[in-house]
Order: sequence, then structure tokens, then C-alpha cells
Amino acid sequence: MSASSSAVVVDSPQANAQSAAKHEPPRPFSKANLIRTVATGYLPLILATLVVFLPLLWMLLSSFKQPGEIVTMDLKILPESLNLENYATAMTTVPFAQFFANSLIVTAVGSTIKVMLAILTAYALVFVRFPFKNVIFVLILVALMVPAQVSILPNYILIAGMGGKNTLWGIILPGLGTAFGTFLLRQHFLTLPSSILEAAEIDGAGHWRRLWQIIVPVSVPSIATVALVTVVSEWNDYIWPLIITDRPETMTLPVGLTLLQNSESNGAGWGILMAGAVLVIVPILLVFAALQRYIVAGLTQGSVTG
Amino acid sequence: MFLAMALPNLVLIGTFTYWPLINNIYYSTLDWTLGSASATVVGLQNYVTFFTSEDASKVLGTTAIFTLVTVGGSMVLGLLVALALNSKVRGTTFARSAVFAPYVLSGVGVGLVWLFIFDPGYGVLAWILRGFGQQSPQWINDPQLSLVMVIIVYVWKNLGYCAVVYLAGLQSLPRDVMEAAALDGANTARRFFNISVPLLSPTTFFLLITTMLSSLQAFDLIRIMTPLGNGTSTLIYEAYLQAFGAYNRAGYSAAISVILFAILLIITVLQLRFVERKVHYS
Repeated sequence: MSASSSAVVVDSPQANAQSAAKHEPPRPFSKANLIRTVATGYLPLILATLVVFLPLLWMLLSSFKQPGEIVTMDLKILPESLNLENYATAMTTVPFAQFFANSLIVTAVGSTIKVMLAILTAYALVFVRFPFKNVIFVLILVALMVPAQVSILPNYILIAGMGGKNTLWGIILPGLGTAFGTFLLRQHFLTLPSSILEAAEIDGAGHWRRLWQIIVPVSVPSIATVALVTVVSEWNDYIWPLIITDRPETMTLPVGLTLLQNSESNGAGWGILMAGAVLVIVPILLVFAALQRYIVAGLTQGSVTG
Repeated sequence: MFLAMALPNLVLIGTFTYWPLINNIYYSTLDWTLGSASATVVGLQNYVTFFTSEDASKVLGTTAIFTLVTVGGSMVLGLLVALALNSKVRGTTFARSAVFAPYVLSGVGVGLVWLFIFDPGYGVLAWILRGFGQQSPQWINDPQLSLVMVIIVYVWKNLGYCAVVYLAGLQSLPRDVMEAAALDGANTARRFFNISVPLLSPTTFFLLITTMLSSLQAFDLIRIMTPLGNGTSTLIYEAYLQAFGAYNRAGYSAAISVILFAILLIITVLQLRFVERKVHYS
């Protein structure tokens, strides 16, 4: 988790390939060497990057296309104009602004509470004396492995019984318990040197002050990791909001997109659907581009030491 | 103090993670239509129905194919991409982020984008195939092809995860061993298969478990790309369709969820037994 480069490298690999000769370290500039570098070094990288980007680029381009440009046998790559009519149609066919607002609320509220709970639980597990702490930790670890998917029916019965159907709290509540964040922060807290708490202990600072004045400030990167991973998964969450909402007023974006798909299921509707896809994909893509090192670190945690 | 800090989270995990598991087992013994006030206890009848009907071989077969192909596909392709990312050229940081990006994107959004690409009438793929004088296959209507389509998109979305994890593994390989082998005259391929692959086995094991668990839980892409489950009914999707699709068979759905959970549990227990020895959680 010690990435030194904080900014995303924005220069495109194609540009790199062209300027390969200039940036090559002072090895022989022979033609064969150059070809080898391009073939084994750049070509696979460019290929992999294109495989990822072309479908997303296609989504963006298509979102500007009029039905006539899509329902045609000879494919046009670029839209005729950058008109936003598909976005406007998507907004009027279904209440997209409402979906967007719902997604924002669910993501913001859900993530904030989850991160707070993770910090508190992890601190308690590491720094507070309590019997059976290891048993409790194992129970959290096992919960990490229990997917929300197998619990959808019982949780549906439970939340619907509490009157949570078609409410935002009904969407947020069942996901609030956090095993992932607790696990990740516990692992991080264990690596903190005990000396940083000793001074505070002598000062007579209670757990509450130790947590917020010492532990949290030195754990910002780990907390950011947990927060970002939580934001991404709350924003993308699908199966639970899909089940617990059936009225547009409380749907989140992914569920709303399903609604849009149902009403635009002919060929002419693809432009509108792509506009909808842009609205759900691009916010996360921007967050990822800006803060990817935390997100990648969080999502691949546990794979190798560290 | 411990309880004041940890209890809210523990109560939430208990209520919405552990309690549903017990409830699921209870529901699976009921003949119960979702939304109906009455249910009859039928014991193991739902399980008997599942295993004696065509559903069992169809659903379990689809689950097995989907899981094995997506796990194998994303791991093999992920390792290849990791090798490319491990080369000493400029731009690898950017490429690493780029290939990881699909993993964090909404499955619903991604599914729609690919559904458009696969569209037999106006999709890019159909257009490319027409260039070769071919007709586009009916990706959506043909049960087998719809499974192939979902698998392709799932691998596209997840291979970046495998690539980044493998890259971390490759970068932690002991440099001196590789250099010694190179001095001994071992070529790139031999060094890869005889040194890198065996030394990467903890990473491979970790990926095998994590990708298997997530493939078994894959829902978003399958739901958005094949809303009726035509040929793509994995255990999780079948459980969803039975309860929340046309039938509202809550008890039967719960039984399928219990079967899925049993499979996930076995994999998890296997992992916990090996993970202590093989993968370090620092």
C-alpha cells in the first residue's frame, strides 16, 4: 500500500509508443531492439487498454447519437453532433434526476455510517480489553464471506415487515453492518506501534480521545481506502435496491436504469440507454481516476503481504 | 467500552447477515407463496423437488460452467495482462489503472453497454461480422449463446482484478532467483513456467478462492443482460427468479439459497484452512 505516485498518469500509451525512441534508456538504438520493445512492451499494454476503453468510448459516443444514426446498417463511428437529446429523453421517460438524488443520498448516508462503525469496531477489537475478542473477530471474518445475495429473501421479509419497502432507509439499513471495513481497519490498527498510545495513556486520555486524536489521524490512508471502496459498492449496489423498491420515487440509479431498459427495449432506444449508462458509470469512473490507488489497494487487500 | 463501540455494528451484522441465514433454512422448509399470509411446513420437500426436477442439472450445470469459465478465463487472461504490466516500459501505471477500471463500474451500466455491442441488429459486433459476410448469432434469444455472452462480459469486467493481484505477486518475486536463472541460461518461457508460476502459487490460490466466491454471487450482469434467465440461471439468479420473478415461490427460492450458501461455506472453510499457511494477512 505504499504507492509513491499519487496522480494518475494521464498521457496515453499511444503517445508513449510514438515517443518510445526518445525516452528509451541509453541502450543501443538498433531497429531490432526498438521493434522488440514495442512488440513485447507496448503492444500488449495498448491492446489491453483498448479492450477496456473502446466499449466505454462506444457508450459515450452512442449516447449522443440520434435513433437514425443507430438504426442503420452502415455504422457511423462518430455522432453527427454532440446533442444531449438522449439525456433529456432519459430524464423525461423516467425520473432520472430523482434516481440520481436517491443514489447520492443512499451512498452518502450509507457510506458515512459504515465507515464510522468500521472505525469504532476495529478500534474496540484492537485496543480495548474484552473477553472472547477473538471469537467476535472470527464471527466478523465469517460474515465477510456471507454474501448479501443469499440473504435477500429473509431481509426482504424483515424490512418489508418493518414498513421499509420503497423507502430510502429500507435500502440503506440492511447493508450497514460492515465486516469488510472492520477487517481492513483492524489489520491496519494492528500494525501501529504501541508506543504511540503509551504517551496518551500516561496523560490519562480515555479511549474516545485516543481514537480520534491519535489513531484516526495516523490512519487516514486506510480510512480513505475503506471509505472509497464503500462508496463504490453502495453506488453500484443492485440486487437489494431492486428487490426493496418497485416505485420510481425511491429507486436508485442502477434500478432506475432497469426501468428505463424496460421502456426503451427497441433498437431506437439504445442511444437513450447509453445516456443512462453514462450517468451511472461516469461518476464512479471519475472518482476512480482521481483516487484509484486507494481503491485498488482496498479491493485487492489480503492478496499479498501488506 | 468495548460493547459501546462495537455493539451497533455487531447487532447489524447479526440481524442482517446471521439471522437471515437461520431464517432462510426455516423458509426453505415451507410451501409458501411470497406475499401470502399462510404457509405450510413441508419439511425437505423443496430440496427433493429441486434435486429430482430438471432444475437441478440445469441450474447446477449452468452455475458450474459459468463459475469455471469465468474463474479460469479471468485468471489466465489476468496473468497475461499482469506480465504485460510488469514490463519496464512507460505507461504501465496508466494501463494498470485502465484495466482495473471495469471492476469498479456498475454491473448494470456495463451490462447495458455490452448488450448494445452484442445487439444482433445494430450492434458493433454484428457490423463487424457483416464485414466478413457473416450473420450475427442471436446472442440474447439462444440459451447457450446468452450464457457465452454473459461469460465474456463478466471476464472483461473482472480480469483487471486478477491482473492487479498477479502484478503485485510478480513484483514480489525474489529478483536474485530470476537473475540467477537467467545467468544459467534459462529463457523467458522456462523462467516463467519453472520459477514464476510455482512461486506465484499463493497468489493463484488466493485468486482462485476470491474469484470463485464472486462468480458464484454474480448477479448484476446476468440480471440486466438476460432478464428472463434464458440459459443463464445460475443458483443465485434462479433463487432470485423463483422468489421475485413470475412465480413468487418463496420456500423453493430459500432452498436454492441454502444450497448456494452451503457451496460458498465449503469453499470458505477450505480457504480458511489453507489461508493461514499460504497467504499472509500481514
